[in-house]
Amino acid sequence: MRVGVFICHCGSNIAGTVDVARAAAELRKVPGVAFATNYMYTCSEPGQEEIKQAIQREHLDRIVVAACSPRMHELTFRRTIEKAGLNRYFLEMANIREHISWVGLDKEANTKKAIEAIKMAVAKVMQNKPLYSSSFKVNKRVLVIGGGVAGMQAALDCGDGGLEVVLVEKSPSVGGMMARLDKTFPTIDCSICILGPKMVDVAQHDKIKLYAYSEIEDIKGYVGNYQVKIRRKATYVDWTKCTGCGLCMEKCPSKNSYDYFNFGVAPTRAINIPFPQAIPKKAKIDPNYCRQFTRGKCGVCAKICPTGAINYEMEDEIVTEDVGAIIVASGYGLIDMDKFPEYGGGRYPDVITGIQYERLLNASGPTEGHIVRPSDHTEPKTVVFVSCAGSRDKSLGIPYCSNFCCMYIAKQAILTKDHIPDSQSYVFYMDIRSPGKGYDEFTRRAQEDYGAKYIRGRVSRIYPKGKKLIVVGADTLLGTQVEIEADLVVLATAVTAAPGAAQLAEKLHISYDTFGFYVESHPKLRPVETNTSGVFLAGAAQGPKDIPASVGQGSAAASKVLALFSKDMLESDPAVAKVNENTCVGCLKCKLTCPFGAIQEKELRGGKVVASVIETVCAGCGVCTSTCPCGAIQLSHFTDNQLLAEVNAICQK
Amino acid sequence: MAEKEYAYYAGCSLEGTAVEYDMSMRQVFKVLGVNIREPDDWSCCGSTPAHTVDHVFAAALAARNLTIIEKMGADTVTVPCPSCLSAFKRAHLGMTADESFKNEVNELLDEPYTGGVVPKSTLQVMFEDVGLEAIASKVTHALPGLIVAPYYGCILTRPPEIAQFDDPENPISMDKILEAVGIKVADYAFKMECCGAAFGVPKKDMVNQLTYRVLSMALDAGANCIAVACPLCQQNLDLRQSQVNSTMGSSLTIPILYFSQLVGLTYGLSPKELGIDKLVVSADEIVRSRITLEELAQREAKVKAAEAEAKAAAKSKKVQVKEEDSKTEET
Repeated sequence: MRVGVFICHCGSNIAGTVDVARAAAELRKVPGVAFATNYMYTCSEPGQEEIKQAIQREHLDRIVVAACSPRMHELTFRRTIEKAGLNRYFLEMANIREHISWVGLDKEANTKKAIEAIKMAVAKVMQNKPLYSSSFKVNKRVLVIGGGVAGMQAALDCGDGGLEVVLVEKSPSVGGMMARLDKTFPTIDCSICILGPKMVDVAQHDKIKLYAYSEIEDIKGYVGNYQVKIRRKATYVDWTKCTGCGLCMEKCPSKNSYDYFNFGVAPTRAINIPFPQAIPKKAKIDPNYCRQFTRGKCGVCAKICPTGAINYEMEDEIVTEDVGAIIVASGYGLIDMDKFPEYGGGRYPDVITGIQYERLLNASGPTEGHIVRPSDHTEPKTVVFVSCAGSRDKSLGIPYCSNFCCMYIAKQAILTKDHIPDSQSYVFYMDIRSPGKGYDEFTRRAQEDYGAKYIRGRVSRIYPKGKKLIVVGADTLLGTQVEIEADLVVLATAVTAAPGAAQLAEKLHISYDTFGFYVESHPKLRPVETNTSGVFLAGAAQGPKDIPASVGQGSAAASKVLALFSKDMLESDPAVAKVNENTCVGCLKCKLTCPFGAIQEKELRGGKVVASVIETVCAGCGVCTSTCPCGAIQLSHFTDNQLLAEVNAICQK
Repeated sequence: MAEKEYAYYAGCSLEGTAVEYDMSMRQVFKVLGVNIREPDDWSCCGSTPAHTVDHVFAAALAARNLTIIEKMGADTVTVPCPSCLSAFKRAHLGMTADESFKNEVNELLDEPYTGGVVPKSTLQVMFEDVGLEAIASKVTHALPGLIVAPYYGCILTRPPEIAQFDDPENPISMDKILEAVGIKVADYAFKMECCGAAFGVPKKDMVNQLTYRVLSMALDAGANCIAVACPLCQQNLDLRQSQVNSTMGSSLTIPILYFSQLVGLTYGLSPKELGIDKLVVSADEIVRSRITLEELAQREAKVKAAEAEAKAAAKSKKVQVKEEDSKTEET
């Protein structure tokens, strides 16, 4: 066995705190190592060429690259040695950058640690077996979770690319947050006017199958072959019969239902179509408010419905769809007002959130676009905007910026002046963050052309005084306290992960950060991929972002799926669990612990029952190997012997 | 309630400027059957002067008292003054959470504090331990016409990790207690606003302005009296009210009573026992307005009867008019 060791400088990233030449010299002394060298950038073209040539010249049959994390370049080097004629699993990487050079400054200690890490890799690679991947068929259908602007864009692009799309939206209509906005910055385009046509396209596209008012129940499978269970929640209205005429909504006697679409700005009916442009335009009963459910009698809608679509007995229905890839565009949530007791915590009706104000501004909103105070329906003359209500506030566990509030506040200030010319807006801000195209000019316009008074400082409290609200804050530029008598206060409440984001992530086997936002595969270079192959991200589910960024990501995710589906067959990862049928006693503990359902029972010809791994389903996590009482199930490429060889390599002396 | 005995740490204010808080608190506890015992040889709680200089020293001053109380065999000390309470809580929580801090403090003490005494404000004992139902059950008198703005001050419920009681921004315990004894409570936005605290001496003008805001907001909220639970708040609002009037050009005369005094009045206790005469802004009118529950019931019955009569009269008039109308139609 002839092992070749290649130690990378990574510029000064590694060589700065690790003596790479000495490490190479040390490695040459290790039995089995036929060749060891160090190189400036091993991942560069000449660096890879060097490996290939060394394999030929020195007749190497195992390769160790000591460089960055295998997550970065393992695939690169696997391809390199494959081109030189070696099995790609005859490569091991020693991570001496993230694990060593970046974390310590003591060059002596780092060098020692690096030598040990490389020795471990050498010991492991000598135990490596050649592995070969098998190929499997791809189901070229895609599931898009979330029917906001990002999800719709992804669905449309996939559909236009010829893929069959299953679009699942949890609320009764697609459109998401964008459908609730009045105008968009920085062009003051009417939001629903530009979104509406997209929504119609989604509804009419012959490749897109829309499940509205539905949620993901369960996901099984792997890239290319997912089985998705979708819960179609009961609407109590037969949507095949409902024509969206709205008669039921007019006659419904339960007039105080919470209006989810309008964020509770005004009540709605227990049976309702959320907004005029809703897609699908179908009615839905809210059983929390419907008298048929709360009191057991009413039935007005059933009597009035001209098509007999009402069905109080309807139950949730589970449907299964098979897809090959998943795009997650499940959107974002907003922090609750009760997190701000100093702003009244929701006790003052005239302290509202930015999204509620959008609904007040909107012509199809509950006030038909007239800005009025929720308390007494009078027109406010002084409107105060509080940016960063929760954002960038460590005490609330939200250290991040919510990305788009500065811009929508500027827009709302402009629109306030448009709606009420004799009004005055005040904006309390920490910084004005407007880095997009045409964004900074827009915030300037709000101040210079529309007279919004920007006050740099935070609001300490809001309290009512008579019919007014007193907003107490600081002006840090003047170094003074300010008090404003406001008629209406709008809080730019912080963006949070969507409710249920963590649960969905568990179903998808993707990771999420401490705030519940989904984690991309690489923050710069793989922004829409996840570490689970076949699952892609789009929109604010990954982090707060505005409309253009969400649309861009929707298209990006779609292009990734189209690229994935350009092949008919995919290669499976052979680093999966394998059962030794001679030693397996058939206890099937592994079957119970496998989180992916990848293990099944198999009866051998002699009648002996053993465990059997479904190769394409196994994710190679290794839980089964530590469960097996007799060591019969082994994870290929991470067998007990391979791992023990690594341990032995560092536990000598 | 009868078995449990609380240690009662009055503190220095309640022997001097706030003696009426002490008097009324003891009377109310007596009515409610809350057993209290004052620790012997208590000393300074370690508030403001000490804790602005040295936290260990401040904690040691507080812990000395807690040690005495621990030895008394009491597991809870109830404290009327929020400053004392805060000092005790800081010492108690700091010493139970942090071993090294505890050792540092105990180093200064003759006898170590082992952390066995929970400090609670008298308000908290009433709200949580006695309970609103028991508080309401002792009421014999009513104060009709009185609308109280409950004023909690800054440190009774803050900082939340120290106070561990009620809501830090919108407390309701005093509101609920006053409502339980039948007193009307105003929706008062300045429950926690600064009264000026101890800056009355070095920064009189500033304190006058702050106090003025607190007082005038009570009037704006429709109140004609303010209830307090802190000797310093009481002093700033009551003793300085004439000062506020002269600097701010106002003519405020809002009586500032301890919540215990108001509760005591509804329990039929005499103004003398409750130290009402110790107040600077007179609360005589409130005392004079006091009636028994029977009188209140009679008064309400009278009003109801009058209302019913008026309604009946209006109805009969309508009927008459209608009858006349129909008559004219007939003819």
